[in-house]
Amino acid sequence: MKDNFVRNAAGREVLTEINGLDATPFMGVGRYRPEGRKTAPPLASCADYPADGNKVVADLKTALENAGLRDGMTISTHHHFRNGDLVANMLFDIAADMGVRDLRWFPSASFPCHAPLIRHLDDGVIHHIEGSMNGPLGDYASAGRMRGLGVLRSHGGRYQAIQDGEVHIDIAVIAAPTSDPFGNCNGVSGPSACGGLGFALADSQYADRVIVVTDNLVPFPCVPWQIMGNHVDSVVVIDSIGDPAKIVSGTTNITRSPDRLLIAERTARFVEAAGILRDGFSFQAGAGGTSLAFAVFLRDMMRAGGIKARFVRGGSTQYLVDMLEEGLTDYILDGQTFDLAGVRSMRENPQHIHTNPFVSYNYHNKGNISSMVDVVVLGATEVDVHFNANVVTHSDGRLLHGIGGWQNCLFSKCTILPIPGFRDRIPVIVDRVTTLCGPGELIDVIVTERGIAINPLRQDLIERTRNSGLPIRPIEEIKHEVESLCGGSPATPRFRDNAIAAVKWVDGTVLDIVRQLE
Amino acid sequence: MRSDCRVTLTLRERDGIDLRLDSRVESLYGDSIRALAYDVLHFFGMTQAEVLIEDSGALPYTIAARIETAVKRLFPQESRKYLLPFREGICSPGISDRFRRSRLYLPGNDPKLAINAGLHAPDGVILDLEDSVSPAEKDAARILVRNTLREVDFCGAERMVRINQLPLGHEDLAAVIPQHVHLILLPKVETAGQVREVEYHVDSLCAAAGIDAPVFLMPIIESAKGTMHAYDIATASESVVALAIGLEDYTADIGAERTNDGKESLWMRGAVLNAARAAGVQAIDTVFPDVDDMEGLLASVREAKSMGFDGKGCIHPRQIDVVHRGFAPEEHEIERAKRIVLAFDAAERQGLGVVALGSKMIDAPVVKRAQRTIDLALQSGMLDEHWKENADEG
Repeated sequence: MKDNFVRNAAGREVLTEINGLDATPFMGVGRYRPEGRKTAPPLASCADYPADGNKVVADLKTALENAGLRDGMTISTHHHFRNGDLVANMLFDIAADMGVRDLRWFPSASFPCHAPLIRHLDDGVIHHIEGSMNGPLGDYASAGRMRGLGVLRSHGGRYQAIQDGEVHIDIAVIAAPTSDPFGNCNGVSGPSACGGLGFALADSQYADRVIVVTDNLVPFPCVPWQIMGNHVDSVVVIDSIGDPAKIVSGTTNITRSPDRLLIAERTARFVEAAGILRDGFSFQAGAGGTSLAFAVFLRDMMRAGGIKARFVRGGSTQYLVDMLEEGLTDYILDGQTFDLAGVRSMRENPQHIHTNPFVSYNYHNKGNISSMVDVVVLGATEVDVHFNANVVTHSDGRLLHGIGGWQNCLFSKCTILPIPGFRDRIPVIVDRVTTLCGPGELIDVIVTERGIAINPLRQDLIERTRNSGLPIRPIEEIKHEVESLCGGSPATPRFRDNAIAAVKWVDGTVLDIVRQLE
Repeated sequence: MRSDCRVTLTLRERDGIDLRLDSRVESLYGDSIRALAYDVLHFFGMTQAEVLIEDSGALPYTIAARIETAVKRLFPQESRKYLLPFREGICSPGISDRFRRSRLYLPGNDPKLAINAGLHAPDGVILDLEDSVSPAEKDAARILVRNTLREVDFCGAERMVRINQLPLGHEDLAAVIPQHVHLILLPKVETAGQVREVEYHVDSLCAAAGIDAPVFLMPIIESAKGTMHAYDIATASESVVALAIGLEDYTADIGAERTNDGKESLWMRGAVLNAARAAGVQAIDTVFPDVDDMEGLLASVREAKSMGFDGKGCIHPRQIDVVHRGFAPEEHEIERAKRIVLAFDAAERQGLGVVALGSKMIDAPVVKRAQRTIDLALQSGMLDEHWKENADEG
């Protein structure tokens, strides 16, 4: 196994073979230029489908049988229901009943609600998972118990992998809050409404077989059709596809932590000092407490200065919806929706636009939205003194988060990571990140409670904020201060030689691997 | 229990120390925690014990404090102290008439809030040993506060401790005075004698520890009787630099209910303010209890400022900035203060005994107040430090 490791352009030892397929080591940001043609699903003939458009079948088992489910296939699902998803567990229970084995599960992300699938990993129904793993599944993989290698991709990287044929989906199972019998479906209405269905777009376009599962069947036409029924083989109606309380929150709250509020406020002041906050600008902030607080501070500055954004990128929440309705932005370009206000707005407001990883992030596109955003505010578990960042593992080496859209967002004109200097006793600014997820050249600013560090590559930002009165300091100095508080630099977690997951870069190359913990 | 740890210490017959550590930072700091734990236990001569440390990311000074507490609960006569090195540069000498617009209360037995408190830039931090600490945890809090004062950089904020009333407060003073405290808050003061008693203890502890720097006193008036004696209390010791007010106890004492508009305490606040001014010390208003109501807080600070108060208590770091904004001088106040200070400078240059602004005579207290306004404007970033040169040019 050791023989397959090579050092990539980021200085990380990575595998050249992943789950039996050749893998290209990371070559540097924007260096990789694959050639060839996009992949395509098999030709279909409309003559094979009911002319009246009614593709409803009795149950999910029938749909899976019709789709030809058999050993070793790749089955995909989306994660728009987050921790409220009921469909993936049901799907693999049925596969187990059918006696199928060695499936590859290819979710856009998995959540703690999928912990019951550990049973199917153990009993051989699922061979391995390619998609973010956190909570119990992350611990399972971290312990080296999964047969194949976990593959962690960004939202854009997942689209890229499907489109260039790296991952061939045999059957896509798309849970849809509302669908018609033809398979046109959306996420904006129904008891399990989640907003958009963008993460399932590639699956609908490229999978050999597509099954829509809904608990809210409406007569044709289901509009808007975020997923087009023309891609769909069959439609299954079940009692409930998700737990609404866990799909979206009733309300989203900004952080109450005084330290995080301080960091968020400083981030907003930095954006202003750097001259980014001007009429017609754009920003993206996630739904985490600090990011939300940043958006609220920015909103207050926009009000005070009479400044209006052209667009903001969601994860949408009540806060962004309020800004849209107040006229502080012309548009919300929304990739996933986090609360009920976001879902309502997407349903009712034509300025609240449903987006997907194709329009936002895909490496094989002729350009992407993500690089047009003026400033993006993201989280991280660790950042090193060269501004490289980690989002997928804890400092202790355990798998924690998926990559999400995080890698893709790094391409904005200014990427800011507001992070605490340490969490409890765990330093966040380190000499070398445990796992590399984002190359430092794309990360411009770190904002901590103990000071702001600007990447030396961004002399323009350094220049513009020189007399801002903000506490701008070298990153090494902040690191040193934090380590002095925490009682010295932390020990390095002890890993075995074998890899348990690979971290892909947005172009499909291998950026890093996660090794098994001792 | 974030950023803290629980230590269970049991003595046994067999030799040796059996240390069990259950820590969320085991892989990063497990060895370092064990090394510290053995060092503390050896320091206290523990040789036959079972120790369980349940840690949720406590910093070393907290771990050391918790182990010391566990030892002293088994051996109440143990008087030695396990002291980590005093962090350099975290303590400069106190200044008696510094600004005390905001003072942030930190529960003495909770390590989580102290470490970053100074980053929110309050004028003072209060490590509280009194009401925020339950009677059963006073010993633990005392040791933790002692270690906090040696380790945590409060970024130039005045280092204050609120002690318990004497006699319990004796032990508090013994723990904190050697750690270069700037100011001691005395709760529920009713007589000048109580202040003098604390002063006596502070002086002897300073002498014993070889501390020359002054330790200021801030008595808190929280009762009808204390209010009647406010002037005596303020003048009881040279070390008193301010009188503060506590309204929860006061309103209960006079048989009133505490209301938002505060009519029931208006007389008392005026009386304490007047006593402080008569004694030439600062007057500090009470805390504003609703941490979500920033507009209410700002209105409350403006009211306090208009009555003549110098500061306000804070119970949440987010209140600090609002309090500073509320106490910041208004533009017209700054302009007037500039004219007065310039007139005073001119009179000095010309050797005149009297300062006049236009046709009006300016008395010394007015000049002093104007200089204070200028200082505050400078500190609030509302005035350039070279304003006099610019004024001359203008």
